[in-house]
Amino acid sequence: MSKSSKYRLELQGVTKQFPGVLANDQVSFAVQPGEIHALLGENGAGKSTLVKMIYGVMQPDAGSIVWNGEKVHVANPKAARKMGIGMVFQHFSLFEAMTVLENIALGMDGGMSQSELETKIRQVLQHYDLTLDPHRVVSTLSVGERQRIEIVRALLLEPELLIMDEPTSVLTPQEVAQLFDTLRKLSARGCSILYISHKLHEIKELCDGATILRGGQVVGECNPRQETSTSMAEMMIGGNLKQIEKGDSREFGDAKFVVDGLSVEGEGDFGVTLNDISFTVRAGEIFGIAGVAGNGQNELLLALGGEVRASVADTIKLDGKPLGTLGTSLRRYFGLCAVPEERNGHGAVPDFSLSDNAVLTARNRQDMVRWGIINAKTATGYASSVIEEFSVKATGPSATAGSLSGGNLQKFIMGREIMQVPEVLIVSQPTWGVDAGAAAAIHQALVDLADNGSAIVLISQDLDELLAIADELAVINEGSLSKTMSVADASIDEIGLLMGGVHGDPVATEKQTEKRHVA
Amino acid sequence: MLLNLELRREPSRSMLYLTPVIAVLLTMIVGAIVFTLIGYDGPGAVREIFLTPVLDTNYWQDLGVKAAPLILIAIGLSVGFRANVWNIGAEGQYIFGALAGTGVALATWGMEGWWILPLMCLAGVIGGMVYAAIPAFLRTRLRVNEILTSLMMTYVAIQLLNYLMRGPWKDPEGFNFPQSRLFTESQTLPYFGDTIVHLGVPLAFLLAIVAWFVMAKSVFGFQIRVVGAAPHAARYGGFNANTTVWMSLLIGGGFAGLAGIFETAGPYGQMVPQFPTGYGFTAIIVAFLGRLQPLGIILAGIILAISYVGGEIAQTTIGLPNAATGIFQAMMLFFLLATDILVRYRLRIVTPAKLERAS
Amino acid sequence: MNETIFISILMTVVGASTPILLAALGELVVEKSGVLNLGVEGMMLIGAVTGFAVTSVSGSPLLGVLAAMIAGTLAAMIFGYLTLSLTANQVATGLALTIFGIGLSSLVGEGYVGKTVDIFDSIFPAALAEHSFLRVLFGYSPVVYFSIFMTVAVAWFLKSTRPGLILRAVGESDSSAHSIGYSVIGVRYAAVAFGGAMAGIAGCYYSLVLTPMWAEQLTAGRGWIALALVVFAAWRPGRLLLGAYLFGAVMTFELHAKAAGFSLVAPEFLAAMPYLATILVLALISLRKSSGSQAPASLAKPFKPST
Repeated sequence: MSKSSKYRLELQGVTKQFPGVLANDQVSFAVQPGEIHALLGENGAGKSTLVKMIYGVMQPDAGSIVWNGEKVHVANPKAARKMGIGMVFQHFSLFEAMTVLENIALGMDGGMSQSELETKIRQVLQHYDLTLDPHRVVSTLSVGERQRIEIVRALLLEPELLIMDEPTSVLTPQEVAQLFDTLRKLSARGCSILYISHKLHEIKELCDGATILRGGQVVGECNPRQETSTSMAEMMIGGNLKQIEKGDSREFGDAKFVVDGLSVEGEGDFGVTLNDISFTVRAGEIFGIAGVAGNGQNELLLALGGEVRASVADTIKLDGKPLGTLGTSLRRYFGLCAVPEERNGHGAVPDFSLSDNAVLTARNRQDMVRWGIINAKTATGYASSVIEEFSVKATGPSATAGSLSGGNLQKFIMGREIMQVPEVLIVSQPTWGVDAGAAAAIHQALVDLADNGSAIVLISQDLDELLAIADELAVINEGSLSKTMSVADASIDEIGLLMGGVHGDPVATEKQTEKRHVA
Repeated sequence: MLLNLELRREPSRSMLYLTPVIAVLLTMIVGAIVFTLIGYDGPGAVREIFLTPVLDTNYWQDLGVKAAPLILIAIGLSVGFRANVWNIGAEGQYIFGALAGTGVALATWGMEGWWILPLMCLAGVIGGMVYAAIPAFLRTRLRVNEILTSLMMTYVAIQLLNYLMRGPWKDPEGFNFPQSRLFTESQTLPYFGDTIVHLGVPLAFLLAIVAWFVMAKSVFGFQIRVVGAAPHAARYGGFNANTTVWMSLLIGGGFAGLAGIFETAGPYGQMVPQFPTGYGFTAIIVAFLGRLQPLGIILAGIILAISYVGGEIAQTTIGLPNAATGIFQAMMLFFLLATDILVRYRLRIVTPAKLERAS
Repeated sequence: MNETIFISILMTVVGASTPILLAALGELVVEKSGVLNLGVEGMMLIGAVTGFAVTSVSGSPLLGVLAAMIAGTLAAMIFGYLTLSLTANQVATGLALTIFGIGLSSLVGEGYVGKTVDIFDSIFPAALAEHSFLRVLFGYSPVVYFSIFMTVAVAWFLKSTRPGLILRAVGESDSSAHSIGYSVIGVRYAAVAFGGAMAGIAGCYYSLVLTPMWAEQLTAGRGWIALALVVFAAWRPGRLLLGAYLFGAVMTFELHAKAAGFSLVAPEFLAAMPYLATILVLALISLRKSSGSQAPASLAKPFKPST
């Protein structure tokens, strides 16, 4: 076996089959020492499955993984770490109620004492210019800090390969810049990085090489620095991107949906308190709300949709009618519909059929109930028309919601609300985890609904999405909403700083958060 | 050869209805083996417990009478279980409902009139509801887990029963035995001809059918199902979680209370300290074996009634201890829970050759 | 004279508290791993009857205790297999285990009703164990000392050892623990087995030390009180000890009130006291805490890794 292979990691024909889906089909690529290599692909292209096999969380059905020139069997994550592979998960593998130190200890395999470990952690932090308090409980940390735990946990093992799964989706632009610094330092020391993303500009900025996946197959290799974003996007999506048709000179009507001084106490230990939220949406307008995850977006959706009621009726008004103290059913009656971020278990019941899921929110506006008895025929009819109208791929209205792919379920949920012709539609993260085709269809549907005179509130962490379809936007941070900006003249820098919670440099942001947690 | 479990894309409906049958069959097979191993006549036990009560028509009346309270209680419990409300104190609600009805009977003792019996039944239902309202209040107001409180309340109900029988409600002409007066004719349920089948039996079956309709077709049934399947989605759909907890506990308590007063005003004809026989716990098995569906519960109620009647037969014919019935009943639930996985997963036989190629 | 009464009351309290402490310690570890086993009462009964039967046959209470632990563990393994390997509903399976335990124990125990067995000798010299004052420290069954030792051991295990850290991690987030490479199912099996062994000892404490005899359902719902105790203690072993002795005191009150001819309230009310006290305590602790989220985050959620 030759040790002189120039590749750190090489995949040869890796295949993984799930019931009904071929997640990875004969995937092959290679990463050199010190290379930052991008794994580029849409949601559902098979990136996460692939890296889970490299990290030993899953086993491939066929094909082989070659590590430093040797064919290896990665039995489990422990074996991967022993080989020198570290991983930072997209959904962090952290334990909320435990301290940073305990979290890091859990990721280490050796029997190191707590104090020894702490010393080593401080060394790594200093080495890479990172700040993190080892004794803080994870649930009190910001998303950026949580990610840092995962990074430190991986760095402590002095890895030869670091896998980063969609690391920037929850960071502010400034935090992203800081992360890229760290990654470049690592790469300069010879550590290879496998960087998974679907964000093209990041890959162009950071990566030396890229492998593009589509539908589980490798569809291209390229040097991102020599490609344009459009050319990579076309490889990723397979075909030309469909442009959203949005009229240039859009006319807005009168103020339709007015939120004025809305404050709601956060639920439970980890809830964010909404603090004096005010904004106005005119008829025909799409109002975007940007922000880093966990800054009150969920709470805002619940409060606007009526799942959590405000104490003062006048804080939420639709066409002058105060709705603040009403529940979801009455708000829907008055024309306010909402689509939450989480599809399975919130926006839809996975175990229920699509027609039952239609009953869930459309039963009153679509006349499905007489004398407390549900008219199954009407419900099925409505579900069928949503399926048809929004080209939902499903076996029919009796298919369970859980059997649909993420994108199709999202189309069904959006369709279910939009076909009720709401006066106001509140949506949160409508294209999260959805393939590009479905995302484009959803965006188009939102724009069309606005063109018909509805007011739309779009809560999203995806700045690109907001800049593409919103007319005005504001930023939510720690439960407070910034001033409203017109999308046409908003600057990314300013939005980024507002997302971080301060007007100033990232270091100040850091200090600000430190202070907050001490208090 | 290896057995592999593979996730189904959709839960299998046929397995949903087939697994209770499989569970009962497995109980009979494994039960026969186990009881043989510990020195009893295993096959005989299974024959006497599961077959004799069905094959011998003399026992059919007993089956109906035993099944009625089990079906009633299980219907009420199934509503809660579907909404993830774990009322396991039905035994206490059954006792308390019976006591409330008995209270009415003792207060109206010596009176006559058609209204007495309905009033007793109403008191039974309300008694059960009141008793279930305590865990409901604690759960909705103070977030105290209803599993523990409803169960603790059962022990309290037993002590209350003992106290009343020994003290205030003791039959003054009863030679100091701790039991209530015998109910009068206007206080007992009418019987069909000279059978032991009382009015409560057909009513239990009828109520099960009503419950089926409500659960399957109404917005209320929908609400219960959504709250159980996805509480966040329920809130999003406009259903209040606390209301659901209240409704399911009150319904569970009401049905248990009704079953309680049917038993006192039926087979017992008075209140006695031996009244609690564990129907409230067995009904939990009935509810699960019936897949939490009212029509399934009718069948499951009959099956558990068979095991009770059969257990008594086996005691006299082959000397099987009374406790064997409980073991058979628990085994049914174990096997049902074990085979439950077949609803969501498919069994795949993997040959070693194929496995090797895969790795 | 007052002191002797006081000491004997104190000793009864410790006696009555020990089994619920043991059972609750086991359940605490189970719940810390993210599993809710409601079958404590059933496992206790199986332990009680096994311990009694083996002691009665072998004449050795030590063998009896060991057998009770094994029987409790085996019963817990039924629960473990159903809930962990077959992902069955934990609440329903726990209930099934209790119903099964009641049936099995009365079947096995049929031949032992009314019999007596040899019980543990004191491990301390009689001078200490029967001394009028010092017996408050030295006059107990070895099981009592074992229960206190186990409280300290469980506290130390959870707080300061690596396996304890892993166990807590599994109960906190099964998916995270799985993705960094811990065997969630394996850890939970171990915890469930421990819970079973502890419930087994707790059960045989009734049949071998406290009564000592066998009667149907002699644990009388104490397994459920042990479950409530874990909630009361907010999943902390130290508070568990405190809570167990508090409950022991309530239970003992019934006994002593009866003995003292206390007749203001009906004896049935006194018998209902432990259960009423449990409800009251559960209500009170929920009043005090704002959110009650000290429970392990993955408690009672089934886990099935995709491979």
